[in-house]
Amino acid sequence: MKSLEELREIREKAKKHVCRYRVHVCGGTGCTSSGSLRIIERLEKEIKANGLEEDVEIVKTGCFGLCALGPIMIVHPEGSFYSMVKEEDIPEIVSEHLKNGNVVKRLLYEETTKTEHILPLEETNFYKKQHRVALRNCGEISPEHIEEYIGVGGYEALGKVLTEMTPQDVIQVITDSGLRGRGGAGFPTGLKWKFAAANEADQKYVCCNADEGDPGAFMDRSVLEGDPHAVLEAMTIAGYAIGATQGYIYVRAEYPIAVQRLEIAISQSREMGLLGDDIFGTGFKFDIGLRLGAGAFVCGEETALMTSIEGNRGEPRPRPPFPALKGLFQKPTILNNVETYANIPQIIINGPEWFSSMGTEKSKGTKVFALGGKIHNTGLVEIPMGTTLREIVEEIGGGVPNGKKFKAAQTGGPSGGCIPAEHLDVPIDYDNLIAIGSMMGSGGLIVMDEDTCMVDIAKFFLEFTVDESCGKCTPCRIGTRRMLEILEKITKGKATMEDLDKLEELCYHLKSNSLCALGQTAPNPVISTLRYFRDEYIAHIVDKKCPAGVCKDLLQYKIDADKCKGCTLCSRVCPAGAIVGSVKEPHMINSEKCLKCGACMEKCRFGAIYKE
Amino acid sequence: MPEKKQTVPFSGTKEQEEALLQVIAGLKDEPGALMPILQKAQDIYGYLPMEVQKMISDETGIPLEKIYGVVTFYSQFSLSPKGKYRISVCLGTACYVKGSGDIYNALMEKLGIVGGECTPDGKFSLDACRCVGACGLAPVMMVNDEVYGRLTVDDIDDILAKYE
Repeated sequence: MKSLEELREIREKAKKHVCRYRVHVCGGTGCTSSGSLRIIERLEKEIKANGLEEDVEIVKTGCFGLCALGPIMIVHPEGSFYSMVKEEDIPEIVSEHLKNGNVVKRLLYEETTKTEHILPLEETNFYKKQHRVALRNCGEISPEHIEEYIGVGGYEALGKVLTEMTPQDVIQVITDSGLRGRGGAGFPTGLKWKFAAANEADQKYVCCNADEGDPGAFMDRSVLEGDPHAVLEAMTIAGYAIGATQGYIYVRAEYPIAVQRLEIAISQSREMGLLGDDIFGTGFKFDIGLRLGAGAFVCGEETALMTSIEGNRGEPRPRPPFPALKGLFQKPTILNNVETYANIPQIIINGPEWFSSMGTEKSKGTKVFALGGKIHNTGLVEIPMGTTLREIVEEIGGGVPNGKKFKAAQTGGPSGGCIPAEHLDVPIDYDNLIAIGSMMGSGGLIVMDEDTCMVDIAKFFLEFTVDESCGKCTPCRIGTRRMLEILEKITKGKATMEDLDKLEELCYHLKSNSLCALGQTAPNPVISTLRYFRDEYIAHIVDKKCPAGVCKDLLQYKIDADKCKGCTLCSRVCPAGAIVGSVKEPHMINSEKCLKCGACMEKCRFGAIYKE
Repeated sequence: MPEKKQTVPFSGTKEQEEALLQVIAGLKDEPGALMPILQKAQDIYGYLPMEVQKMISDETGIPLEKIYGVVTFYSQFSLSPKGKYRISVCLGTACYVKGSGDIYNALMEKLGIVGGECTPDGKFSLDACRCVGACGLAPVMMVNDEVYGRLTVDDIDDILAKYE
């Protein structure tokens, strides 16, 4: 790539190539898991059989967001949204829709067919409050073809930066935009770049944190799968801004599709001269290498990540010195998260004012959340900062299924906290979430209903941190284990109120004494559940009851004598022989023998068995 | 937790060794090459027994204790072989609140092994993993590369039967 003109020629050529129909099939992890690749194969076969090769183009895209309804297929130009597509539906869609031009209404996403005219996707509840910036190209282009990215304006920002701007200009634009780190901590990106740019060195590095370890979060994966070139372009811009010539992307090995698309993207960029020597004929050189993680949560911490790229055990090191001074291989380094990078090219093109016009006073732009747990529309959503949790859960997410009551939303993963119903109307931004005892985190948002036990959830996260603590510093290594032991005691009904005091004290020690953020934030799930759901802890400790009916040791299965018909089914399925009674007489459960497996309750046809 | 069963004797072939040497020769001079070498070595052998770690140490000059330290730090590196069918149950938050813990327990019971182990016939190995990212299908488990979603405990027998 020798000039901007050359780039624009490729773009015009990409735009001219238009078929009558362009069928987008999601090739992200979610839809692939529900069989979208088989859908693509079948589509290809049927299109051939109908002689439509010239009229229809099939594009395997990244994530559309509505993972709960996968596999998803969208037919353009009109944007017909087929959800939960089955292989057997394909012949009908091809012959009716793609050949005869009649949309197969009964297979469309239900909400779009309720009105007389088919509702455009942007107006459905799931999409109407969303604003896609980081996810702009996900689901729109083929991530495996660089021409498609260039066709939607890709690499224009890099061209502009290299040919028209100084590194100081670039840093100023990013600073003015108000962009803060999307990995969770929210450090101003422009400031980070400025520090690294100010330090002189023979070599500097630009790193990308794609080690998305927070369980239940898949924002970064979706960006990498759907729009890998945006990240490469942004890293190259960052390289120019701080004066680095080498970048590294540290990506989880658990994301095979993302890794593969990144490999393809890097080699295409090199081939086109958008990575390598003399980019855009300016003499600027930059290259990017891929490093795979190997399953260690702590490697999401910046110093641990760099230690891991260096080929060591991924243990964090004390700061200062900060990475901007001594980072990877002891050289000045910046590390940003995938989603942060995905915003950069558009800030350059549209200007900092455009970006800072979105969001709240101190948190600009949008944020991507991975919505999961007890919610209708599981998936990926991107909303302007300042949107309330209620809008996300009730409108975009479609609320809690099965008529259950919303109990809490968990953000920030093992470092975050649970937000109860009383705070549903707080506008989401970095500072507000911290004020209510949680944190933005990387964007996992798990909804919990009345059947979730908050002590059990706290225990779940502590099990996670015990597993993932690297063991380097004592407060985290020993402290998390002691906390887990107390939580186990509580869920078994063996704890006293003194144990609860000890638990709170430990929280304080871990927070103030751990070496890195993993240990410092590990108590957060406990602190926040104690803050909002203390009565549940007390119910476990004092009343020896689990109000949500989750903690097995505190449960008793009982039979309602009025409802029991004496059919004997329960006594036959009980693996422990704990249920006694004669035919047509109410049965009884012997609680000493009962294993609390729940098999009887599942099988009872009269709803006579309950737990308390 | 019951103790882990071990150890299968090492049975590397000449071809595997050659493939490994080639990988090492290609990566040796890169900064931070140890991780990529270990990842490729595990692709070749399926796991990282002492014998393989020694070969890597001899070729790269990296001390064996450092290699062992790295191998045991990361959960994806395994010192023991995996089953022909590797089952991993997602215990990420989204799957957990939808009951993947019950699925995991039921699998341990049915296979007669605990997490991290392999059945004595070498057929199934079981692991817990943290989020495969298919949260829309929670709860999820994987058998090799095949993903099974929206699971209930009752589905397990049918899935295992596919691989018998």
